Order: sequence, then structure tokens, then C-alpha cells
Amino acid sequence: MITIEELKRIKEEQRPILEKRLIEQGNVNINEDGSIVLNGDYYKKQVRIALKNCGIIDPNNIKEYIAVDGYFALANCLINKKAKDIIEDMKASGLRGRGGAGFPTGRKWETAFLYDADQKYMICNADEGDPGAFMDRSILENDPHSVLEGMAIGGYSIGADKGFIYVRAEYPLAVRRLRAAIDQAKELGLLGNNILGTGFNFDIELRLGSGAFVCGEGTALIESIEGKRGMPRTKIYRTAHKGLWEKPTIINNVETFANVPVIFQKGVDWFRSIGTEKSPGTKVFALVGKVENAGLVEVPMGTTLREIVFDIGGGTQNGKEFKSVQTGGPSGGCIPANLIDTSVDFESLDKIGSIMGSGGMVVMDENTCMVDIARYFLDFTVDESCGKCVPCREGTKRMLETLDKIVSGKGEEEDIEKLESLSETITLGSLCGLGQTAANPVITTLKYFRDEYEAHIQDKKCPAGACVDLVEYFITDKCIGCGACARACPVDCISGAKKELHVIDQDRCIKCGACMEACPPKISAVIKR
Amino acid sequence: MEFVFDREKNKEKIEELEFFIAENKDMPGILMPALQETQRIFGYLPLEMLQVISRRLSIPMSEIYGVATFYSQFSFIPKGENIISVCLGTACYVKGAQKILEEIEDQLNIKAGNTTPDLLFSIDSTRCIGDCSLAPVILINEDVYPRLKTDDIKGILDKYRKEV
Amino acid sequence: MSDVRLMIDGQEVVVSSETSILEAAKQIGIEIPALCYDPNLEIEAACRLCLVEIEGSNKLQTSCSTRVKEGMVVHTQSEKVVKTRKDILQLLLDSHPNDCLTCQKAGECLLQKYAYDYDLKFRVHDGAMRPQLLDTSSPYILKDNAKCILCGKCVKTCAQVSDRQVLTFAERGYETYIALDANQTLETSSCVSCNRCVTVCPVGALVDKRALGKLRSWDGSSRVINCKRCDYGCEFEIVSKDKKNIAVLAKPPTNGRPLCLKGRLNTELEYIDEPEVPYRKISGKFEETTWSKALSLDGLLEKFEKMDSLKGKTREE
Repeated sequence: MITIEELKRIKEEQRPILEKRLIEQGNVNINEDGSIVLNGDYYKKQVRIALKNCGIIDPNNIKEYIAVDGYFALANCLINKKAKDIIEDMKASGLRGRGGAGFPTGRKWETAFLYDADQKYMICNADEGDPGAFMDRSILENDPHSVLEGMAIGGYSIGADKGFIYVRAEYPLAVRRLRAAIDQAKELGLLGNNILGTGFNFDIELRLGSGAFVCGEGTALIESIEGKRGMPRTKIYRTAHKGLWEKPTIINNVETFANVPVIFQKGVDWFRSIGTEKSPGTKVFALVGKVENAGLVEVPMGTTLREIVFDIGGGTQNGKEFKSVQTGGPSGGCIPANLIDTSVDFESLDKIGSIMGSGGMVVMDENTCMVDIARYFLDFTVDESCGKCVPCREGTKRMLETLDKIVSGKGEEEDIEKLESLSETITLGSLCGLGQTAANPVITTLKYFRDEYEAHIQDKKCPAGACVDLVEYFITDKCIGCGACARACPVDCISGAKKELHVIDQDRCIKCGACMEACPPKISAVIKR
Repeated sequence: MEFVFDREKNKEKIEELEFFIAENKDMPGILMPALQETQRIFGYLPLEMLQVISRRLSIPMSEIYGVATFYSQFSFIPKGENIISVCLGTACYVKGAQKILEEIEDQLNIKAGNTTPDLLFSIDSTRCIGDCSLAPVILINEDVYPRLKTDDIKGILDKYRKEV
Repeated sequence: MSDVRLMIDGQEVVVSSETSILEAAKQIGIEIPALCYDPNLEIEAACRLCLVEIEGSNKLQTSCSTRVKEGMVVHTQSEKVVKTRKDILQLLLDSHPNDCLTCQKAGECLLQKYAYDYDLKFRVHDGAMRPQLLDTSSPYILKDNAKCILCGKCVKTCAQVSDRQVLTFAERGYETYIALDANQTLETSSCVSCNRCVTVCPVGALVDKRALGKLRSWDGSSRVINCKRCDYGCEFEIVSKDKKNIAVLAKPPTNGRPLCLKGRLNTELEYIDEPEVPYRKISGKFEETTWSKALSLDGLLEKFEKMDSLKGKTREE
């Protein structure tokens, strides 16, 4: 059994070793207050709480985590605080769930705390599944102990002695790192029985997903841990009352747990000084798409989209015109350029029809077709719908069919109305969050980019030039008649005499673009229009 | 399915699974880990092993099947050593990819999406792989075979037969 | 458990706090449409037809899974509710074959009833439909996946008898379907033809094959009897047409009654004027059999006779 003194001794012993290693590596700054931050402009504008140890400590060495004050928050909670105090602190901190919906963590914990039960569970939702989102993966792989420590603090506060981490199967490295971290923590006595001699027991078990996005939904995740099909439950009871095996259960996501130890290390006031009044703290975003500097960005809540996309992300690639940024994955929405000064917090994003979500942020430029993007997300949802409730199972399928029709140039005038009506029904009628938000990509693109839908339907044109069925390859009079395009054409639909202008037979063209690639770059006679 | 599950050949694997089940049979919610372990050991979920799981853990076959078909990482068909991907994108399709696919299916005597009983080949049909100027194209593992004719197929497949 | 007072469509009702809105509405004669709800089964809230509007909430709530609260004001027919309900029904119709003319379930099909109530029609579209997967392997049950609306009642009722649990959802999303065991047929699966699933199916996806072509729901007359085969006394409906008893249909199992094939055949033999040949499942195959074998009376008949004649003899002596 480890004592607090022993923990302090490990820290004192390991800290100089860590600092020496980091100085040799040369990519960090060690500040006067002892905090360590990564060098470079990209990081300068960020405030890292959840990611604070990522890229700094060795995730396979629990001692390095201890060297950066790891497990001292847990020790402090166990030794000096009552469960009720922890919940009061959490409530005061204003931390809101980072998985998407933003429910206040303290209030959630309090509900489970108040139920009397012989067994309670603390679950970490690590089933990160939004396409393009990898915040949680980074935390699990680079700082697994912060999650374990957060879970243990939560477990102590609600009265749970058992925790589960539900990790998606697609993250094998995260699984290995977590396994190693749990083993090391158990070995040191920071997990297991009688932690730090306080009599508190807390064990954590890993459970793996097997490829079902819907298991990121809390009740579906519970079903999956129970060994069933991951179909969401109807909410007759809250999971904080009757969750896993009918016992009070709290589910928080990875980033939420990673915030917990820091709040107890640095205090509620410090935490509240970052971010906004209603959304304190930071949020990690996975900035991807057509942006210059893609990567993980952690910024205070209330930072504007412009600051994230342009100041940190460096704007769009190749000087293309910025069109939209999509937040919240398949449940989120596409935000147009004129709303780029919107600040990133739960309320502001909600107001403009998108959501914070788990932190996916996809940048789109002039070449991105917004109808096609909506189609892409719907395709994802249709694939991942569990099939339990009618609006989601049947409705998303019909929406996807309609969008398919539109992007292939077969859209009809009434399709927009049909999409709007179905969106409403799916949003109002679906059982779980997946269905209730499934229409958001369509709703927001219809709201902000309606003209693109109309262009597809009325003019049979894709303004972004992205929808294969609606573009036309055309040879301009720059053509020198070299014949490269004709040779490359897989369907032999390009004709023309040597050294004369070639012509594409539009009826037979399959729009593969081989001609455009084959045309010598200095000629560039083939255009897409 | 035409596969015959060879108990003799899979003896060690079966023992490994039996061991896992025996070690963990009291774990609540054991079905998912048991299926994951089966998939890991065998590369797919052999029906015979699902029956073992059903008996040992007293879980009805219907429940196991329901769970196994819900999650996309579980498969009921073993993957062959060599995975043939036939591009059915528009360019390849126009250039006769369907005939190429049929020829491969005939040669191997299985349909797309399946695996030969000797586990040497699996056939997948895929969407456009972006090599339209080389149509029709197939991929075997990482190797690209461009501008194929049906006559080429036998020779190509033989190459992989010899290698084994 | 206290009583609460609430308003449903302008009518006041007082019920216990454990009651669902749907049941409370039923008590004052308001029927809320529902396809997956069955008071004897676990609540799933999957069909979403029973959505209602509760004042003070922007969202609609499923009335089967939402409990009443003091002072609640519920609208079961508001514009928003009706629009959503119609859309959901239309979505179901869009995947459903237009086969009401010859469907065995016509007249008692809930989908048909609600389509009529909400004035909806089948519409022609070129989108996906559920694939036609007809399981004709059983002489007792006909399973038509194309008509299935995936309400899940069959799965739940089958699972209530612990040694059955034959049915399951398989695959997911739009591809979901009801499978038996690991995708077996009615014949090759462990299905015991108890017809529990048939009694709860709201549409024509699971029907009693022995009644097929003999009657429509509005035909003839029927009476309910209790099975005499065992102490459970499961309920069966004896249907008669033209003064002849023509079919025995299982009634939904309640109060823990299991339903079984033997009991149904027993009832057929007892009540039907000209019962069809019975079948037995022998190692995954249905085979024609004799009534004495089907009812496990083989050898007993001879014994009856022997014992009775012996008794006669002793008396004579």
C-alpha cells in the first residue's frame, strides 16, 4: 500500500529526471510555476488543461505522471474531502460534460450520490466515433492516468467502487496504454483496494466496442457492456438511478474525466477563471479538413471560430476561399463564413443550429459542396442507426435517398420541402440523441446554403464542382492536339485529329477526370465546369 | 456457407477459446469479450464456436447471433490469405469489370464477398479506387493489376497459388 | 404510490403515480396509437407512434414510457403530434408491401387501422423496401419479413419463456430483421411453434399458417375457450364459419401462460370438425404425423382400450 509520503517521494525523485529528459528533447518550456508547455506558435495560443500532459510525459511510466502532480488530486480528495464536498466543488467549478450535450458534471454526480445502492458504477465513455475526431484518443494514448485519476475521484464522490472504460476497438494503442496504466496504478496501490490507506476501493476494467457508433450513446453503451446489442434504452429511469445492471451509473467522456484532477489540483476559482460564465474551462477540438494547420487545439470556451480556424489553424489551404466550418460531427451543423465570429460555447453554437459535440471541427472551402457534405453525414448515420426506432431507421434512409437524388442531378422541386419535413419528424420523434440530431447537417445546410441545393435541383449544377454527376469536363481551345487525353480516356469518348482541338462526347463521358490528369500541366486545356 | 470447420486443424485455437471462457465465465456481460476473443483467435466467428459459447455460457444462439450481427467488426466469413478487390467504379464497370469479376468468381468457384474453402482467396467488390485510367483494375492485397482482360485472370491467380 | 391528477385532451383523470400517460388516457376512453406497446411486455418506446405533447416541454414524449405527474397537461392530438405521427406511419408504409387485399391480417392489422385513422396511403417510390424473405418452412407459422415493422414484440414474448428465446433482432439500421437462432428457418430452428409471436404481431409478418386462406378477421364467429391440456389453461379462439368450427387460434399469452403446440393441437382435435393433418418437428424437419403421436398419446389409446376392457371383464366376473 502506497502512502502520501511515498507518493511525494516518487514525485521528488522523478521530477528532475523528467525535466532533464524534456530539456534534452528541447521542445518544451518549463514555467516558473512548474507547468510544462510545448513550444511553438501553434501551442502559444492554446490553453491546455485536458491535453496538458500530452506530448510531455511518457504515458507508459506512471512515475512521470506523478512527477507532474499526478494522483495528488485523488490523494487530496480521499484524505481531506468528504464525498459531498467533492460534489459541491464539481458543481461550483461549472464543468460541463465534454462528450457533446454539456450537462453539468457536478449535478450528474450528485444524482447518483443521492441514490442509496449496494453497488454503483463509474463509466468512462471512450467510444469516440465522430468522423475526424480524435481528441479522446490523444488523451487515452498520451495521458491515460489523468482519466483513471478522474474516474477514481468521481467514484469516491458517488460511492462507486467499480469503473469501466468502454473503448472503441479501432483504438488498439489506446487499449494497450490503458491496460498498462491500470496495471501500474494497481501495482502502486493507486487503484484497487484501500487506496492510500483510506479504505476506499476502486477498480477499473476495460471493455471494448466492436464497431457501432451508437454505443457512444450512454444507454446503448450500457447495453453493450452488459453484452447486448447496443440499442439505446427508453428513458423511464435515469442511468444515475438505474443504469448498468440496474445500478446507479455515471457516464462521462474521456475529456471530462481528464479535466477533473486539474480542477482539484488548481482549484475551482482557477478553473472558473478560464472560459465563459456558463461554460467554464477549455474545449479540445480536432481541427481537420481544408485547413493549413490541422491538429488538436485546446482553447478556452468562448474563443471565436475565427481564432481557431485562422489564428491557430492558419486558415484554408492554398488560399482557397473559406466557406464553412462543421462542428459536432454527424450530430452537428455547418456554420457559414458570416458566422465565423461566433464564440465557441454550448449556448452560442446551439443558437446557430450546430452543437459543441465532442469536438470535431471540419473546415470547408469553396470546393466543398454543402449538399454533398450533408449527404456524407447522412450516409454515416444511416450506416450507424441501430434500427430500433422508426423515425431514425426509416427516416434517415429516406433522407439519404433524397440527397442522393439531388447530388446526382435528379432532384425535384419538392425535395427540399420533403427534407425539411422529414428533418422535423426525425428530430422530434427519435428515441435517442443519434436520431434526434441526425438531421442537423441537413437542417443547417438548408438554412445557410439553400442556394446550393437550389442550384443542384433547378440548374442541375454543383456550384462547388464536387458532385461528379453534375460536372462536365470540357476541352478549351488551349488544346494542342497531343492526344494524351484521348489515350487516357477509359471509355474512348474523346476524339480529334492530331494537332487539332479535341472534343469530349458528353453523353459517353463517365467523368472520371483521367483526361484532366493526362493533359500536360503547361497546357491545362481540360477544365471541369 | 461452404466452409467446413476443421476441428482437428483448429484444435489449439478451440482450446484457447475454451480456456478464455472457463477463466471468465462469471464475468458479467461476458458475451462481447467472448465474441471479440473468438474473432481474434479465428479471424471470424465460426458457427461451431458460437455453439460452444452458447453451451458454456448458457446464452441462447438467437442472442449471440443478434449481438454478433449488430457490431460491424464481427464477421461470419473468414478472410482469405489473399484479398482480391475488384473495382466496380464507373470506369472499370464500363470497361468490363463485371466480366472480370465473374471470371474470378468462376475460377475460384465462390461469389464476391466470400472466401474459398481453402482460405486462400477472398473476393471483394469495391467502389472506385481512383485508378480510372487503368480500368479495369483489380487489387490483390497491395498489388495493382491494370487493364485486365478475362484471359489474364488465371495466370494472375496462379501466381498467388504458387507462392503458398 | 399516490394518486395524481392530470389533464388529457381537456379531460381530467386521476390515476396512480405509477401509471403511464398511455394507460391513463385509456382509462378515460382516449386511445393513443401504438405498435410496439403491450402491457404484458417490457416497454421499448421504439415505434414512436404514441408520442404526445406535454405542456411545458418542447419535445414530444412517448406516452407508453412516460409516467403521469401531478398537474400534467397532455395533448394527444395536437397539430405537432398528428403531423409527426402521420410521418412515422408513412415511413412504415413506404417500406411495407401493398398487399392488404390478400393479407391474412387484413381487418385486424394495426398498421392498416392507423393508416385508415390518419388517412394515409401507400405511395409509389423508387427507394428501398424490405427484401422479400418469406419463411414458408413451417406448417404452423408463416413469417414474412417484408411486412415486418420491427416492433420487437415477437422477440420479447418469445424470450419470456426461458427455454425458448428463439427470436432475435439481427443486423442493424434499415437492414434489421427478425431472425431465428443463428439465422435458421422456422423448420431448422429451435422454434416450438407455440405461436406466441403470432399472437402479438401487429401486422401480417407472422401469421397462423393453418388458418391461411380459411378465414378473414371479419368472417364467421368465434368464442374463447381455455385449453384443457394442462393447468395453465391458455386461451384459444375457436373460429366457426358456416356452422363448422374451422380454426383454433392462440390468444395472446397473459399471466405467465406459456402457450404450446400440443395444447393447440389438442384443442384443434377437440373442437375442429375436420382438422388438418398434424406435423411434428423431428431433428429439424417437419413431418406429417398421427394425432396420437402429435399429442404424445401413442400407445396410450391401446392401453385405454385394454384397461377398459379388462375392467369390463372383472366386472363380468
